[in-house]
Amino acid sequence: MNILQKIGLGLFVIALTIFTISLGLSKYKLTESSFAGENTIITNEYHQAEVANLAQQEGMLNKEYSSNISFISDYKKLLKKAQQSLSEQEIPEGLGEWDFKMGDWKIKEYVSTAVSKTAYGLVPENKGLFLFLTFGLGIFGGLLYILPVFSTIPGIKNNGIYQDSMMRGLELNWRAGFLGATIVGVLVYGFFYLSNFFWPLFSAVIIGLIIYLVFFRENQKERNPAKSASPTTTAWLGVLTGIYFIGFYILLYWAPAYISNWVAIVDPISSVLNGGGASRWFLYGLMYSIIVIVMGLRMIAKYRHNKYQILRTSSVMFFQTAFAFLIPEILVRLNQPYFDFKNIWPLDYDFFFDYNLNTLSSNGGIGIFMLVWGILLIVLGVPIFTYFFGKRWYCSWVCGCGGLAETLGDPYRQLSDKSLRAWKFERWIIHGVLVAAIVMTVMVLYTYFTGSYNVLFMNSDTVRTWYGFMIGSAFSGVVGTGFYPLMGNRVWCRFGCPLAAYLGLVQRFKSRFRITTNGGQCISCGNCSTYCEMGIDVRSYAQKGQDIVRSSCVGCGVCAAVCPRGVLRLENEGSDVDDRMTHSRAIHVSEEEVGLLM
Amino acid sequence: MDIAIIGNGIAGVTAARYIRKLSNHNIYLISSESKNFFSRTALMYIYMGHMRQEDTQPYEEWFWEKNRIHRIFDHVVDIQFDQKNLHFRSGKDLKYDKLILALGSKPNKFGWPGQDLNFVNGLYSLQDLEAMEAASDNLKRAVIVGGGLIGIEMAEMFASRDIPVTFLVRENSFWNKVIPPEESAMVNRHIYEHHIDLRLGTELDRIEDDGNGNAHAIYTKDGERIECGYVGLTAGVHPNIDFLKKSPLELGRGILVDKFLETSEKNVYAIGDCSEQREPDAGRRGIEAIWYTGRMMGEVCAYNICGKKVEYHPGIWFNSAKFLDIEYQVYGDVQANLPEGQDTIYWEHSDGKKSIRINYDKISMVVTGFNLMGVRYRHEVCEQWLARPTHIEEVLENLAIANFDPEFYNAYEREVIQVYNQKMGKNVQLKSKRGLKGALNLLKKARFRMGRFESKEKQRPKVKV
Repeated sequence: MNILQKIGLGLFVIALTIFTISLGLSKYKLTESSFAGENTIITNEYHQAEVANLAQQEGMLNKEYSSNISFISDYKKLLKKAQQSLSEQEIPEGLGEWDFKMGDWKIKEYVSTAVSKTAYGLVPENKGLFLFLTFGLGIFGGLLYILPVFSTIPGIKNNGIYQDSMMRGLELNWRAGFLGATIVGVLVYGFFYLSNFFWPLFSAVIIGLIIYLVFFRENQKERNPAKSASPTTTAWLGVLTGIYFIGFYILLYWAPAYISNWVAIVDPISSVLNGGGASRWFLYGLMYSIIVIVMGLRMIAKYRHNKYQILRTSSVMFFQTAFAFLIPEILVRLNQPYFDFKNIWPLDYDFFFDYNLNTLSSNGGIGIFMLVWGILLIVLGVPIFTYFFGKRWYCSWVCGCGGLAETLGDPYRQLSDKSLRAWKFERWIIHGVLVAAIVMTVMVLYTYFTGSYNVLFMNSDTVRTWYGFMIGSAFSGVVGTGFYPLMGNRVWCRFGCPLAAYLGLVQRFKSRFRITTNGGQCISCGNCSTYCEMGIDVRSYAQKGQDIVRSSCVGCGVCAAVCPRGVLRLENEGSDVDDRMTHSRAIHVSEEEVGLLM
Repeated sequence: MDIAIIGNGIAGVTAARYIRKLSNHNIYLISSESKNFFSRTALMYIYMGHMRQEDTQPYEEWFWEKNRIHRIFDHVVDIQFDQKNLHFRSGKDLKYDKLILALGSKPNKFGWPGQDLNFVNGLYSLQDLEAMEAASDNLKRAVIVGGGLIGIEMAEMFASRDIPVTFLVRENSFWNKVIPPEESAMVNRHIYEHHIDLRLGTELDRIEDDGNGNAHAIYTKDGERIECGYVGLTAGVHPNIDFLKKSPLELGRGILVDKFLETSEKNVYAIGDCSEQREPDAGRRGIEAIWYTGRMMGEVCAYNICGKKVEYHPGIWFNSAKFLDIEYQVYGDVQANLPEGQDTIYWEHSDGKKSIRINYDKISMVVTGFNLMGVRYRHEVCEQWLARPTHIEEVLENLAIANFDPEFYNAYEREVIQVYNQKMGKNVQLKSKRGLKGALNLLKKARFRMGRFESKEKQRPKVKV
């Protein structure tokens, strides 16, 4: 590490510290003006009156709070009281029930609004400064750390990865412990989130069933996956990073009121782009794009001798920034529906939800175009492109989740579990999620067309909420990204993404894509397997001289890049599309040369 | 039948795998180095932190159980050939019906004073790696003696940890007994670029003792003293057969074997680095201590043990390596000094890190070999061209199908052809495109010609993990 890189790293750490501390740097106060006029935090007049009245009574009005935690706690209590009191009153003539009563979802919304509108002090009054000190300084520090790499000698430089406490990973027991604790935490929180016991229990049963199937039906219990464990638990930086990621996603999805200062910091950018204030999703999209760009530059610096990696990384940087972030924001500015043109159901699991269908179908030509575009991608785009190029056309060139995995996640790609057991888990879980996504969507569409929420004995609305909670948030975000430093950078893509499962089925059964092995040149060193982010044991094919056709392969090309003997090549070829996997073309040179005499 | 295999490197393990595929014999795989088979060529990556030791092991634990290969982690101290018995250091014995010796190599030492001091080591075994690892903390300088593949690997290893390296190479240019001068010069430049202190034309004289039995400096033959905390001896390897000197086995430099890899003792076979062919194929050496021949011998030996007599013919020479960041591949006969009857086409990229060399016979114009630096070529295609007499111009016209570089890489085929056209005053044009299609067509045609295409599938045993 040279001096510039040290300074860069220092600046980045400072920026991250300021970013983290900034969460607690606001003060909060409810005043009379909070309940009146343009700046009111509650627009519903009945709710407004009730809450204002209670705030006065309880002494919360004009009381200064220096922490969002106590403010949110008090204000929630206040809203609960208001809810209680409203529900005891008679609904005035001509009003709908929920125009008068206060629903639980309203409480969440009111808390968020109150936190962002009543905040004052250092952060809300110096948004520009904090934008500079967090995002600005972070980007600058990151670039200072990354750019000097361009002046080194090009080539594969994985030196010291397994000597680095950020990247070396954890042994199996520790990983399993983290994962188990996270799953239990999510399920327990699910009880409160859904106020329902059935679905969390049902999910627990499914998880238990999959473990049973893999351990006992597939006989993987006694197998000790030797290839997946680090000798000691010294990956402290990795663990801390993982915990930070996990914490970030928990706050983002389920406790957004606590990150209102972060949202406030990016307000200036939001008002430039879409003319309005930022939301937590704007914050997320902006951070996501910045991270993909900065870490994408890191990826390009690392693989700058490899054109495939440069083009591929540039592609994910472009699609994330333009398609996932800028175009939707500009559409909103032009009063068009928010739409990500590269997101495909079933990854985009709410594509067929009533609100999305209603928005698109009520927005004239462009809305209909978006609807048709989305459906065409599902029924034609996926099979056709995957036939010609393999699933890589999406997973490692276009997709946002893939983009984050290939950039932010690149330092962790070696942590994916290569054991046979992990492969068995992968197949049960990812195809299970695909089935869940299809069933959920069919139920939601049934409700959309018939108006009946009751499908079989289940409520389609609950099913859809639970899917969004378990798969859409917990799996893809908390586990999918939070576990980068613990289980590798493609946890979601490998184990969870239903679109990856769909693409993978096409790739496995009808595609010109495969990774060819170069005759007998393999020396079984294991670099390919180690650096496969999808946990494919590439070496087991390469050393047999067998081509690699696996549904999970996202075609990132890193196996071919790290191979010290030039053994692997990603190829598309149609003339042997149906016997890509047979041995007829896989030359094991010794066999070729031996030839039996008898 | 009980089959004992001493040595669990690539040769021994390949033999075990194929014996299992072909038979139900009891297989005992013996090693005192490591319980699990690991890729010896990957040792450097463990030191450099690219991989953990378990990542270099191609097979998981269950593989051995499933294939019923019994692993014995012990050292064979004596082989009683007459009683067909192995005696172990632990005191145990093992009876065998057939024995495979896959003993590997040992680093060469040429009688240098001080060669047996502490912190003087080769790099061959896991134990060598451990010694290197243990010496690396606070190491101020390492000296490497011997300019071959292991020497440059060792230099890369130390350099990866920012440990200063002095690299003594006896020849006037790196590995110039094996690779042609232009390629050798390219590697020299690249070594300097990595700030490795390369000393060409320099030989080791002696290693100095610090008084405690540790190496702390070396003297070159020119009398220069270089202080160092570690001396790597990488001047080649020799068969690890010292403990067989008194055995009835006929030995040369290695264990002498016939075409069926059987030694002078019936039912005793020797494969891999430790074996020496009594009658090597034309153009081949009796001892070839490389990964690929070890693997081929393991396979051939398994067939012979299982009653299917097969001669060992390694076929067309190929090899590969990586010199720091420059990959190297060779197919066919490419000698350091161009033989009398051959001519060569040599193209080098302006960055000085990529080159393509194609050798051919001056009179028949048939290609004889490919030497690639920083460019990847398809093994199967090159082999096909070399296996049947192929005119250089046919090769050049189709050169693109031989390329195995990743997609989107720059193509240099036309520049190579240009070199030929200028040299010969010809106008050969590139007629093929890169990609698998052309390669597949070539191979298909070749197989039809040999009448082997249809029976291919049956002939090849299905590989099952």
